[in-house]
Amino acid sequence: MSTQTENPTADRRLGEDLLVVEGLQKYFPIRKGLLQKTVANVQAVDGLTFTVKRGETLSLVGESGCGKTTTGRLLTRLVEPTDGTITLEGRDISHLSNSAMRPLRRDIQMIFQDPYGSLNPRHTVGTIVGAPFRLQKVKTPNGIKKEVQDLLELVGLNPEHYNRYPHEFSGGQRQRIGIARTLALKPKLIVADEPVSALDVSIQAQVVNLLEDLQSEFDLTYVMIAHDLSVVRHVSDRVAVMYLGKIMEIADRTSLYERPMHPYTVALLSAVPIPDTNRRENRERIRLQGDVPSPINPPKGCRFHTRCWKAQDVCKTTEPPLAQLAPGHAVACHFPENKDSLTIDPTGAAV
Amino acid sequence: MSQSSEDSLDGRAETRPAASGGPFLQVRGLRVHFPTDDGVVKSVDDLSFSVERGKTLGIVGESGSGKSVTSLSIMGLHKPGTADITGEILLDGQNLVGMNREKVRLLRGKRMAMIFQDPLSAMHPFYTVGTQIIEAYRIHNKVTKAVARKHAIDLLDRVGIPSPKSRVDDYPHQFSGGMRQRAMIAMALSCDPELLIADEPTTALDVTVQAQILDLIRDLQQEFNSAVVIITHDLGVVAELADDIMVMYAGRAVEYSTAADIFNSPQHPYTWGLLGSMPRLDRERTERLQPIKGTPPSLINVPTGCPFNPRCAYAGLNSDLSFTVRPEFRDVGGGHHIACHLSAEERTRIWDTEIKPKL
Ligand SMILES: Nc1ncnc2c1ncn2[C@@H]1O[C@H](COP(=O)(O)OP(=O)(O)O)[C@@H](O)[C@H]1O
Ligand SMILES: Nc1ncnc2c1ncn2[C@@H]1O[C@H](COP(=O)(O)OP(=O)(O)O)[C@@H](O)[C@H]1O
Ligand code: SF4
Ligand code: SF4
Ligand SMILES: [Mg+2]
Ligand SMILES: [Mg+2]
Repeated sequence: MSTQTENPTADRRLGEDLLVVEGLQKYFPIRKGLLQKTVANVQAVDGLTFTVKRGETLSLVGESGCGKTTTGRLLTRLVEPTDGTITLEGRDISHLSNSAMRPLRRDIQMIFQDPYGSLNPRHTVGTIVGAPFRLQKVKTPNGIKKEVQDLLELVGLNPEHYNRYPHEFSGGQRQRIGIARTLALKPKLIVADEPVSALDVSIQAQVVNLLEDLQSEFDLTYVMIAHDLSVVRHVSDRVAVMYLGKIMEIADRTSLYERPMHPYTVALLSAVPIPDTNRRENRERIRLQGDVPSPINPPKGCRFHTRCWKAQDVCKTTEPPLAQLAPGHAVACHFPENKDSLTIDPTGAAV
Repeated sequence: MSQSSEDSLDGRAETRPAASGGPFLQVRGLRVHFPTDDGVVKSVDDLSFSVERGKTLGIVGESGSGKSVTSLSIMGLHKPGTADITGEILLDGQNLVGMNREKVRLLRGKRMAMIFQDPLSAMHPFYTVGTQIIEAYRIHNKVTKAVARKHAIDLLDRVGIPSPKSRVDDYPHQFSGGMRQRAMIAMALSCDPELLIADEPTTALDVTVQAQILDLIRDLQQEFNSAVVIITHDLGVVAELADDIMVMYAGRAVEYSTAADIFNSPQHPYTWGLLGSMPRLDRERTERLQPIKGTPPSLINVPTGCPFNPRCAYAGLNSDLSFTVRPEFRDVGGGHHIACHLSAEERTRIWDTEIKPKL
């Protein structure tokens, strides 16, 4: 990356809000009949509010179908929100037109899960990684080729492989190509949708380390979408747990993993297989039954009540608000777990 | 075999995992090679292992290490004429290598069954889920359609399909991914197979569904005392299920022992690399993962000597041996097998001082 040409850190104010999301909503209409009347909506994302600070990594987790990818596509403005606002560096980008968005596309980039599907198989790596320069008409003092080779080197690829095609690379290498392309325009925000899920564990670790190195070198801000809770703990500063289009719990990494308060978070954590044979017998397991209900007709009240072992009558009628129960730790539940540990725990059992 | 003792002097004597009491599945010197235009793909190259009834063997390794080719060879599912298979696959003493395909087909279902990663590869899109389970059951059981249908509904109920009485008449595409996986498991289990091979049964699933499926495999094994082979790249999954673990690399076994040994005192550099690559929820968060450098080799041009040598940080410790001589898969004490030239002292030193402290 040719950071030499300008000073990127000059105006970076680490720790302040880069992205502010309020009441973000995306409904996909289901149309029927000749008149294509809307008969129902897929309520994919239904009222998200969160902020992302400059230089941090916020992860979105939850089972498939919870609206994580749709959220990523909203943040990068690949789809337009049905309601709510997205503010980047103080500027409302929620409904900017394509042409008004174009200069901002430099600032917000997306990395996809499938390194195969996101690279044009007929283009060389040089063309793929160089495309953002051409599209954005960015001046490159030493030529695009030099820029691209610097980028390839930065992500750990051989710069001589400039003229090769995607199929000549392994899965991990293709993900590196995707990352190089993403970095080309020095984005402020990178939304990474399952960037390592398709990779083998040894390659996954290489790419995780690369993403961390790039973040500290260029003060990058990440919104990371992932379902592997071990990887999420490793990479995140803060974590938001989503269920059926809503945030159930959002907290800093340590609080979320050591004192999860939402029953859904507790259930997700207890389902993670632990690579320790000594723990096999004495682990407490909470097993969620069935699948995530349909987002076309989500359960009333608390959306999790159909699968929650703590559900009471109130859960079926009244939706719990996302309330801050500890500093930086917000939970949407009428009967949160680990609440006692916040004050005094007479049994001494809590963390 | 929890303590790792000295290298046995007669490393050659016993080159395969202990086989006391006549294991139900015994694989000996298995080689599966695919001749292609680019050369011969040595997908499996001299592999030996065994599984007893009631036991679970976990096979781990990165993609392309030959795990699926091994399981398809056992099940007799390679396309005719594509694979050169040599060695022995003994199912309850009967060699499946070279056996008439029709005879092997009759063994599938009752004596052995397989769960695939992709349920659609095992299910027919044009038949209802129920029909497929019923047909599988009636091959081995002389019962009426009505009895078989009742059995199918019971099975769907067992694997956690809601309202199985009506869902039995659904087509596979009407099921969600997790439900399809469960329906396929119901199909695989319909005849209480004596050997169950589960090839990445939960890889594409959410942790919640994964946990349900692992519980299911565990319960059914206990009930029927089947021999189970679970293939995965997720070390967490094998730690939950397996009695023994075999680590594969480039079509070969590189380490084999009890699950406890593999996690508590692994002895092969590749296994160390896998453990270092994994972020773990049960430990303090490490600042940095310790990946294995590079990528797995092409199985057409497997490196000479130890196939792991281009990625191994310790390849230089054995003068030239790692680059010239293929390390033998040998017992290094109490049935713990590895294929590596490092001496026992070196392995202990590296594990204690370099690897373990960083995990
Ligand atoms: N373009 C679309 N049209 C209709 N429904 C969609 C569309 N994209 C996503 N959905 C639906 O929205 C829900 C959330 O999907 P997604 O954001 O992909 O979830 P996740 O990434 O958490 O798995 C799912 O039910 C999905 O089927
Ligand atoms: N029919 C085939 N023809 C040629 N090569 C094959 C065939 N099937 C598998 N292979 C090769 O064999 C190797 C091992 O594959 P596989 O057993 O599927 O790996 P794993 O299941 O461990 O990911 C791979 O290099 C794969 O490309
Ligand atoms: S509000 Fe009720 S149903 Fe929802 S998570 Fe909390 S206890 Fe469970
Ligand atoms: S034989 Fe050599 S290259 Fe292979 S694992 Fe052992 S030390 Fe590494
Ligand atoms: Mg998604
Ligand atoms: Mg496979």
